[in-house]
Amino acid sequence: MTRGFEIPGGAADSLRLRRHRALTLTCLGDGANVSMLIYAADNPLDRLNIPDTLKAQMSARIAAPMVLMSDMGRALASVTGSSLDWHDAITGHSLEVHIEQRHGASSYAAHGNGWRRSARAGLLDELWKHGLGARDLHASINWFTKVAPAADARGTLAFVPGHAVAGDWVTLRAEQDLLVVLSTSPHPLDPAEGWRPAGVSVSAQEVAAPGGDDASRTFRAESARALAVTEGSLL
Amino acid sequence: MTKTELLFDLTVGAGDGWIGEIPIGGAVRITDLEGNQAADTLFYDARDYANRYSAVDTIREQGAVYLTTGSVLRTVNAEALATIVEDTCGRHDTIGGACSQESNVVRYGGHTRYQHACRATFLRQAIEWGRGLEKRDLTHNVNFFMNVPLTPQGGLTFADGVSAPGKYVELRAERDLLVLVSNCPQLNNPCNGYNPTPIQLTGWAAP
Repeated sequence: MTRGFEIPGGAADSLRLRRHRALTLTCLGDGANVSMLIYAADNPLDRLNIPDTLKAQMSARIAAPMVLMSDMGRALASVTGSSLDWHDAITGHSLEVHIEQRHGASSYAAHGNGWRRSARAGLLDELWKHGLGARDLHASINWFTKVAPAADARGTLAFVPGHAVAGDWVTLRAEQDLLVVLSTSPHPLDPAEGWRPAGVSVSAQEVAAPGGDDASRTFRAESARALAVTEGSLL
Repeated sequence: MTKTELLFDLTVGAGDGWIGEIPIGGAVRITDLEGNQAADTLFYDARDYANRYSAVDTIREQGAVYLTTGSVLRTVNAEALATIVEDTCGRHDTIGGACSQESNVVRYGGHTRYQHACRATFLRQAIEWGRGLEKRDLTHNVNFFMNVPLTPQGGLTFADGVSAPGKYVELRAERDLLVLVSNCPQLNNPCNGYNPTPIQLTGWAAP
């Protein structure tokens, strides 16, 4: 059974995702961005660790079939599929200063529920609801955003416009019970003029536990070990 | 930069750590005494530990992946913590994070579970500092002297060190800083040339 809802652009939300349920995010417009934080529900001190996830799987981006790894060496979720082969995780999410510089100051009093909120403001609003806060921030995954490094000496970064269009999607399978916190505010490097952040649809459904031939398990020995630690079959 | 009152000048052995403050306008130099040694380092606003170093905010605001002379290390609020004012090594990583016992198991297998790791050093130094720092304050760090090249195709590798004996990096404090260092004990990849060695830390007050 699938249940779903839509999150408008520029909003934030948080949800519990049970083990072996798959979460699919689908872009409702072009240029969507979803900045996401992930915590182990039973111990939020154990949370997504982007450096560990990238270095263990020798990647500068998030893509299927990578395993999203926690600070303490566990599989939080697996990226089981996506229409895109690059999701950013190394350039952070928007702060108030970015939104104000690009789009001008905004407030509820002036703009009502169309006020322009940064990803940081939304993520903190949601973290606080769960007893977490600024000290619990970690490098976010920015789904549907691509910021690629050049091959030069500095590793110069460039935002890739037009990377995601309406209908692009990604599916995550929770490998343990999770707290997922997300914002649909624009990426801070997105040069698009005007405040038209795209929303996403969110759906969740029960899926099978990963088998021995699961693509995330067979991807790399490191991915397999992270799953094995979580399943209790290694250490 | 012009040197003034020496605040400290000490050696941190392989696998050991250090925590201490640098006042605004002061400087800290980290020297790779024997070469090919990774110095895993975290920075905090000394007046507000939640306003701490952020690798991703630093990378985005400078528009480039690697750290070198001129790089401004920024907080999670994109505020300047420190500026790299001298760098005889030329390139430093801030995407590779620190090693931990648990991530070693994932990367190298169960036989590495009881090997010493940076995040054990970070945690001990943070807790023993005794001013409220705890595990959730340990975030994605700088790896001075470490070489983690990224490719336009999205690849990432831990490459051989670009450092050599006596290479150093020097930072100017843009606010009162708390600095937390783990001199990396990793034995399973080339970040320390498979032979962890000491580093030197030298601190000066503001001119």
